[in-house]
Amino acid sequence: MVEMEKQVVAPLDENKPRRTPNFKWSNILRGDNRALWTILALVIILIVDRMVSPSFFTVRMVNGRLTGSLINTLDGAAPIILLSIGMTLVIATKGVDLSVGAVMAICGAVAAVLINRHEAGSDNILYYPGFVIAIAILAGAACGLWNGILVALFDIQPIIATLILMVAGRGIAQMITDGQSPTFSNETLAFMGQGTIFGMPFPVYVALIALVGVFLLVRRTALGLLIESVGINSKASRYTGVNAASIKLFVYIISGICAAIAGLIVAGENTYADPHTAGMWSELDAIVAVVIGGTLLSGGRFNLVLSVVGTLIIQSLRIGLYISDLHPNANLVVKAIVILLVLLLQSKEFKQAIGRLFKPLLKLRAVFR
Amino acid sequence: MKSRFFPLLVTFLVFIAIYAYCYSHFSSFGSMRVVCNLLRDNAHLGIAAIGMTFVIISGGIDLSVGSVIAFTGVFCALMITREGMDPRLAFAIVLGMGTIFGAVMGVFIYYLKIPAFIVTLSGMFLARGMAYVLTTESIRITDPLYIRVSKLVYIFPDKGRFTFAAGAFLAVLVLGIYIAHFTRFGRNVYAMGGNETAALMMGVPVGRTTIMVYTLSSFLATFAGIVLSLSKRSGDSTITVGAEMDIIAAVVIGGTLLTGGVGYVIGTFIGVLLPGVIRTYLTLDGSLSPWWIKIVIGVLLFGFIAMQKLLSTRPRLFSFRRQVRPTNVSTA
Repeated sequence: MVEMEKQVVAPLDENKPRRTPNFKWSNILRGDNRALWTILALVIILIVDRMVSPSFFTVRMVNGRLTGSLINTLDGAAPIILLSIGMTLVIATKGVDLSVGAVMAICGAVAAVLINRHEAGSDNILYYPGFVIAIAILAGAACGLWNGILVALFDIQPIIATLILMVAGRGIAQMITDGQSPTFSNETLAFMGQGTIFGMPFPVYVALIALVGVFLLVRRTALGLLIESVGINSKASRYTGVNAASIKLFVYIISGICAAIAGLIVAGENTYADPHTAGMWSELDAIVAVVIGGTLLSGGRFNLVLSVVGTLIIQSLRIGLYISDLHPNANLVVKAIVILLVLLLQSKEFKQAIGRLFKPLLKLRAVFR
Repeated sequence: MKSRFFPLLVTFLVFIAIYAYCYSHFSSFGSMRVVCNLLRDNAHLGIAAIGMTFVIISGGIDLSVGSVIAFTGVFCALMITREGMDPRLAFAIVLGMGTIFGAVMGVFIYYLKIPAFIVTLSGMFLARGMAYVLTTESIRITDPLYIRVSKLVYIFPDKGRFTFAAGAFLAVLVLGIYIAHFTRFGRNVYAMGGNETAALMMGVPVGRTTIMVYTLSSFLATFAGIVLSLSKRSGDSTITVGAEMDIIAAVVIGGTLLTGGVGYVIGTFIGVLLPGVIRTYLTLDGSLSPWWIKIVIGVLLFGFIAMQKLLSTRPRLFSFRRQVRPTNVSTA
């Protein structure tokens, strides 16, 4: 009787109009339970932060500017969020971009040097703030193009192709600034890092716009699918008619542009461009954020929103450590341990091993039942 | 000539060409003083790079070496000056710690299938963080053993000082060549880097070899830290930041393929010395800006990779007889 009912029900399901939407809101957090673990990790870290500093969630308006640890977290995370957006796409194609920190330094240096010519009274229209920002972003795109050409056309391993610019990039940035760290007083450029709109720091808006823009670009079009297919099997997707080379070129250029904007934000925040330390190690932070967000380094499925969550994990950890009484130098140790813990939570092999460990306990429970 | 020797040959030729160019400008490049200084200044990078060569030949990567070097220096300095520990005991302890550190990273990489890049990156943060936790100030070491080691030099007729560090570098180099080509472990590393599945099917203990490769790398990085500590006679947690990237670049310039399976320890030796020669040239010249070193290394990297690419895609270009592409497994 029961089986008959099932048979009746099944065709009814078939008759339902079957929709094949190419965009679902649930897709934002798609994936297996990696999404759950990542968000859980963020929640736990935020709770720990709240325990460390009772005023962590307090947000106040001071002089038309929102202040508080939470706002600081978002503000400080903005450059890394930008990097991680570009990095996610690159990693999804089975690549990696080690040069983003150096690209940040280059673009900050370009902007600072050009804007100083404007400040010095040059009438050249190219030195106007708007053009300077555009030129800096173009410089980032050019760096991305260079990486993309090496990876897509010369078929060089991404890690080594981008290592070239990582090593040489800082040298180039120092050459642009002539070994100095030029300061500037231009308000437009400073606004990139320090400005506020409706009390919220400007970098947060930039990061948000970049996230929404890139998200819509890759998920409302077939681009995301193509990126994933290139990451899973570059050769096979080429045989099925996907222009794998141009997809790779595209993701590295996006990564370069994201790095350029991040470099402008950092330069604007400091009102000087430091070619030595700007963006130092931020490529590693971005890669860690993407991996914590569940995008595999072996390419394929990616999730931009979770990469941003990964960035927020790193940043809220950093802010939490700053305000805690903990030894300030223990920062890196805690960071390493948290990264490993999150990775362990996501590792299938680790969960299986833990499962095996608890098997005797389960048997014990069966005995007592 | 076998085309897999070609990158090595080019590395040698480029090195000789650059050295000859430097010699034509500054005759002091012909003296033992410059040679000895080159060996001494690059000893710690070179020792760690030899460990890195094995990691890269096996198809992996180790980003933690720079931090391990720094941690070793700080740990030794602290134990010897603050705790009054015997240096030899401190060295033994820190070598043990380094070995375990590498083994644990290997276990994470092999058994938990977390990418080597991420595991060793965490290792880099951890080691650097531990060094910062120990101390952030530079500590001088005045132990008698350190003084004795610093007096352990062979002085050439032209005042070239062949120091302990240079000797250690050359010793590790010989040891590295021996391990790579005359031991079962070395052959396993090459086989694994060539094709892990095939290696497994041939009976190569892939798990054990993976763990041993990272153990060796961390061990050598720790040893490099001790050598640096002995020659600098101090411990500082902020040294060798970013050294891992210089080391990886040196290994690649030395002709080792990052895809694994191909590479020579002697190539790494040249790859380490090449930037050192350029640095010496810039120092002697004085008028060139220091950032040129980074750009030149980038250009060298690009040149060598482009050349390797050319070789691997068109292997027949450089050999006169038509031949089957040489396998990745070394038979030397």
